[in-house]
Amino acid sequence: MTDTSPAPGSLVGRNLLAGVEPDPAGDAGHADAPQRMGFFTDTSVCIGCKACEVACKEWNAIPEDGLELTGMSYDNSQGLGASTWRHVAFIEQNKPLGHAQTAVDHSDVDVFALAAQGSGTPPAEAAITPTTPAPEGAPSPDGRTELRWLMSSDVCKHCTHAACLDVCPTGSLFRTEFGTVVVQEDICNGCGYCVPACPYGVIEQRPGDGRAWKCTLCYDRLGAGQEPACAKACPTDSIQFGPLEELRERAAGRVAQLHAAGVTDARLYGEDPQDGVGGDGAFFLLLDEPEVYGLPPDPVVTTRDLPSMWRHAGAAAATLLGGLAAVFAASGRLPGRRR
Amino acid sequence: MNSGDVTRQGIRGERPPRQALVGQGLDGARPDGRSADGRAGGRRRRRGRKGEQLMVPEAEFSSYYGRPVIKAPAWSARDIAGYFFLGGLAGAGSVLAAGAALTGRPRMARAMKISSLAAVSGSTGLLIHDLGRPGRFANMLRVVKPTSPMSVGSWLLAAYGPAAGAAAVLDVWGRLPRLERTATGAAALLGPAVAAYTAVLAADTAVPGWHDGYRQMPFVFTGSAAVAASGMALAAAPVRENGPARGAAVFGAAVEVAATQTMERRMGLAAETYRTGTGGRYLRAATALSVAGAAGAALLGHRSRTAAAVSGAALLAASACTRLGVFHAGIASAEDPRYTVVPQRERLERRRAREREQADGAPGQEDTGS
Ligand code: SF4
Ligand code: SF4
Repeated sequence: MTDTSPAPGSLVGRNLLAGVEPDPAGDAGHADAPQRMGFFTDTSVCIGCKACEVACKEWNAIPEDGLELTGMSYDNSQGLGASTWRHVAFIEQNKPLGHAQTAVDHSDVDVFALAAQGSGTPPAEAAITPTTPAPEGAPSPDGRTELRWLMSSDVCKHCTHAACLDVCPTGSLFRTEFGTVVVQEDICNGCGYCVPACPYGVIEQRPGDGRAWKCTLCYDRLGAGQEPACAKACPTDSIQFGPLEELRERAAGRVAQLHAAGVTDARLYGEDPQDGVGGDGAFFLLLDEPEVYGLPPDPVVTTRDLPSMWRHAGAAAATLLGGLAAVFAASGRLPGRRR
Repeated sequence: MNSGDVTRQGIRGERPPRQALVGQGLDGARPDGRSADGRAGGRRRRRGRKGEQLMVPEAEFSSYYGRPVIKAPAWSARDIAGYFFLGGLAGAGSVLAAGAALTGRPRMARAMKISSLAAVSGSTGLLIHDLGRPGRFANMLRVVKPTSPMSVGSWLLAAYGPAAGAAAVLDVWGRLPRLERTATGAAALLGPAVAAYTAVLAADTAVPGWHDGYRQMPFVFTGSAAVAASGMALAAAPVRENGPARGAAVFGAAVEVAATQTMERRMGLAAETYRTGTGGRYLRAATALSVAGAAGAALLGHRSRTAAAVSGAALLAASACTRLGVFHAGIASAEDPRYTVVPQRERLERRRAREREQADGAPGQEDTGS
């Protein structure tokens, strides 16, 4: 990856292909666009209930796409795809479960009172965290190691610079007024170009249907002032929906809180407007490296390099034309028959 | 491949499938970033087998149950590699046709015009056939989108196709010579673009084996186009007229072989997919065929019609193999998460190291980089 600074006035220079882009909806031609909306998925509170997967399937009437037992922990939907727009990843790790102490006496706990309170731990006091490191000398029966179980609900990132949208030849993929990226299913001709363009492997053609499908960030619900189905269904508010700027603030606060609680693993993924895709409209708080969750560690929108690709292709075409012309010049003209 | 245990079917060997290939072991919390040993996952080292020297430092990486990070296109090899091949054959063929017409080689000119018309029709047909909704192919011309190589390509074909068609039909028909010459010239000018843009089409994706070669891929493709078109010219034109075809064969093969090798050298990790597996087999065959075909054409092509035809067939096959090789290499690089994760992880670590250096170099300054 070369860090050449783009020529002034180029698409990249104006950040239409890559780089910091404060107003994707406006630059896509929406006058008076509302605030950019997005998701902040805080995986540290995900409990792996898959309510989001179900709510998404139900609301969007996504067809069944196979029932399979994979043996990948509790993950049987395996990944995002044409018919899976929310996907909960389950990762089992040999790592001490933070603050998990065995043999704690709970006999004095009034569970009914807790239930009335709504949550066992008042949110302000919750250190959350299955991942806080175990205190020194925490018991480990029979020398067994502790399991930490990471869960994370993945979704289309609604990239600021969305490769899928850039490469779509039909204009089927478009940028909505909310700054999200949506496929128009009545226009898509199933060319399949968006599929390998997405740096996150999100969008996919549905077998038998041929067209490309992915999360719409519930465009229909947003239009009606509703939050997306998955966020609505999430019982722990692991999936938070809102104006992107506010979510970014909230996320920064959350990371600081977790770090203070000793969860040094916590990091944000996709929130940085300076990253290779100009920041994600749907970003995450993760507890391990992104690739552990099946996410690319440093995605770059492929069209960032498109101006250079066209230049190289131009040079190659000129080489072909020039080379063949030279060959004809060298071979000379044949005498005789002329037309 | 130096990590044979991540396969298209998932993970092979060593570990029960239930175990996530993740985690940092039992060291408890670790500082942000990577632990000192740089290991993110449970992937064991595997020595290169059969004494095969590893081409890149062995990379360890984490993945989610070995599943690919990006999605490989659902394109069929026959349709899309065929589309690349025929597009190249048509595009470079139009240049040969115009050159032949201008230098008094009417039979070669006519043969190449007909071949280009047939090839561009076939190419378009394959593209349409590969659509998930072939009936909606006209949507390709719904918008003009310079950010979409497929849109640019559709418009190119929409301009080039009729030009190539008019050139061929009018040549055979023998009427309207001025229009025929204009069409031949237009096709010859658009032809190289038709041959080159398919490389951008492949490179403008997240597929490591395609994107990471975006600087050389257009040259591989135009070289291969010249190989194919010269092959067709050798097979179809009489010996008396095939001088330029022999030159074009040598030129095309030289460009193609040189560009392919440069691409493999500069590509980084994903270059492995150009040397191994299906992609590697096709590309080795392609090199052998184009070198043999070009040598045959140069040395024997002016002596015997048979030698010219055999060389021509070898060159056509070489070009088809190149396209299939590039296609399969890209698919392989998309299906193994290693090719996506490792280069990105390395880039990220380099950037973090740079940022740390800068932060150390200027203590007290605000660190805006992270
Ligand atoms: S994550 Fe993929 S499908 Fe979603 S907007 Fe970005 S490029 Fe498009
Ligand atoms: S498959 Fe559909 S949405 Fe994807 S690039 Fe092609 S036309 Fe656009």
